Amino acid sequence: MAEVTETQLPGVGVRLEFRTSNGTSVGVVVHRTGRREVVVYDRVDPDRSLAQVTLDTDDARTLAEMLGASQVNEALTAVQQRIEGLAIEWLPVAEGSPFVGRTIAEGEFRTRTGASIVAVIMGETTIPAPGPEYRFVGGETAVAVGTDEGLAVLEHLLNG
Amino acid sequence: MNGVLAASSGEATIAFIEIGAVITVLAVLARLAHRWRITAIPLYLLVGLALGEGGLVPLEVSADFISLAGEIGVLLLLLTLGLEYTPAELRSGLRRGLVPGALDAVLGFTPGLIGGLVLGWDVRSAVLLGGVCWISSSGVIAKVLTDLGRLGNRETPAVLNLLVLEDLAMAVYLPIVAALLTGRDAAATAVTVGVALAVVTVVLLASMRWGDHLSALLAPGSDEALLLSVFGLTLFVGGLAQRLQVSAAIGAFLVGLALSDPVRDRAAALVSPLRDLFAAAFFLFFSFQVDPSDLFGVALPAVILLVVTGAGKIATGWVAAARDGVAVPGRLRAGTVLVARGEFSIVIAALGASAAFGAELAALAAGYVLLTAIAGPVLTRSSDGLAGRLQARQDRAARAVAADTPT
Repeated sequence: MAEVTETQLPGVGVRLEFRTSNGTSVGVVVHRTGRREVVVYDRVDPDRSLAQVTLDTDDARTLAEMLGASQVNEALTAVQQRIEGLAIEWLPVAEGSPFVGRTIAEGEFRTRTGASIVAVIMGETTIPAPGPEYRFVGGETAVAVGTDEGLAVLEHLLNG
Repeated sequence: MNGVLAASSGEATIAFIEIGAVITVLAVLARLAHRWRITAIPLYLLVGLALGEGGLVPLEVSADFISLAGEIGVLLLLLTLGLEYTPAELRSGLRRGLVPGALDAVLGFTPGLIGGLVLGWDVRSAVLLGGVCWISSSGVIAKVLTDLGRLGNRETPAVLNLLVLEDLAMAVYLPIVAALLTGRDAAATAVTVGVALAVVTVVLLASMRWGDHLSALLAPGSDEALLLSVFGLTLFVGGLAQRLQVSAAIGAFLVGLALSDPVRDRAAALVSPLRDLFAAAFFLFFSFQVDPSDLFGVALPAVILLVVTGAGKIATGWVAAARDGVAVPGRLRAGTVLVARGEFSIVIAALGASAAFGAELAALAAGYVLLTAIAGPVLTRSSDGLAGRLQARQDRAARAVAADTPT
């Protein structure tokens, strides 16, 4: 991450500023009231802010989420996150999976693969820590934790 | 109950009509000022000139009310000045900005002091005129910086730091002039100054250390309760300070300093509409006492002071911005934005109403603020064009030199 410099603006708030990798200076004036201004600087007169966008607290959050969104997606597409030998995997359960209509308990996944299903994502909703009685409907995504081999076996099982 | 309402109706009706009409005029002017992007203060002063002594339509009944409201306006102006900066900002301002702050004091205060003496005034009135010329208007400057989108600029911290230092300087300057104005012999004055400065120092230090206790006491409860507590406390402490010969304005200023986060921000937001209302009354009342015909007499000194102290402010801003590594156009922006004087120049002049040359001081201060409050914003808006022309001339000169140099 680029170095962010902070300058106090007495009576107003603070100005944060950093230089992007292609050399443009970008600043944010954070007012005490929570209002924020995004500013970019003039090329000829680098002390002068050229354009500024004024954001209230809500707008700032929206912008932050828009900027952060790509990172979330990147994290999702990376799919695997290694924690000392453990991996997390997002496993889609196809409509045609042999386990549609059957419960997690019936699948005996933990016994067979060593991997646990820690969450199920269905469209917009997430079911954290689904019980053994959870019945697959097809089209959801199972979030599983286990070893690489265990997860590979689980993926194979789930989708026949 | 009915009796009270009925009995008061005669005078009250006239007062309502007068006050209502005056405030409506002020409202129109405030709109105009907003459109022209200047502060409304000079326009309020003009209305006061028209309505006051020797003016076009003198008010009969409501002058007393406006006078009291104006006194409250001074207290609220000083309260919000005290509320403006956090103790941390005051500390870092002192650390970073002493050199520009000292330059500001020398280039701002001295011309006024000398000007007063040249006009043949006594030392007290001259010291007050020095203050009038010294303190930039933080209200006008904050507004100009916001309007022109300069808050993100690199010269802006230097400008704001100068305002912080002027704020601190007021904490020292006000007690001194208040003591000078009590008009006793030198020894008694020295004691009063000493006591006042000691009180200010103690309150400043205490608010930096323990301000959060007072704030914690006030923090719970509704906005209504907070507004009333702060307003009440300000008037009460101001009145006490006046009793002790320390000037009510300083008392109010100290209340503002003593309040700390998070109450300070809330209080500032709650008080600011009240301040706008009462401060308008103050500017009116101040210029009531200025005879419009006196203004012509002070026009020349006012213009000379504008030129001298304007140049002084530009130099101060230039130096302050240069110390932050800002280039020429930014330095010029910083300097020109500081030219505007406003509310505090009037407050200082009003303190001197009882001084030997109080009437002349008031007229000169009114004229001076009229000039600077309009010239400052206009000047700073054109400063980038000015800097461009300066740069072009330098380039031409450089090219001419290059052409003359045989290769």
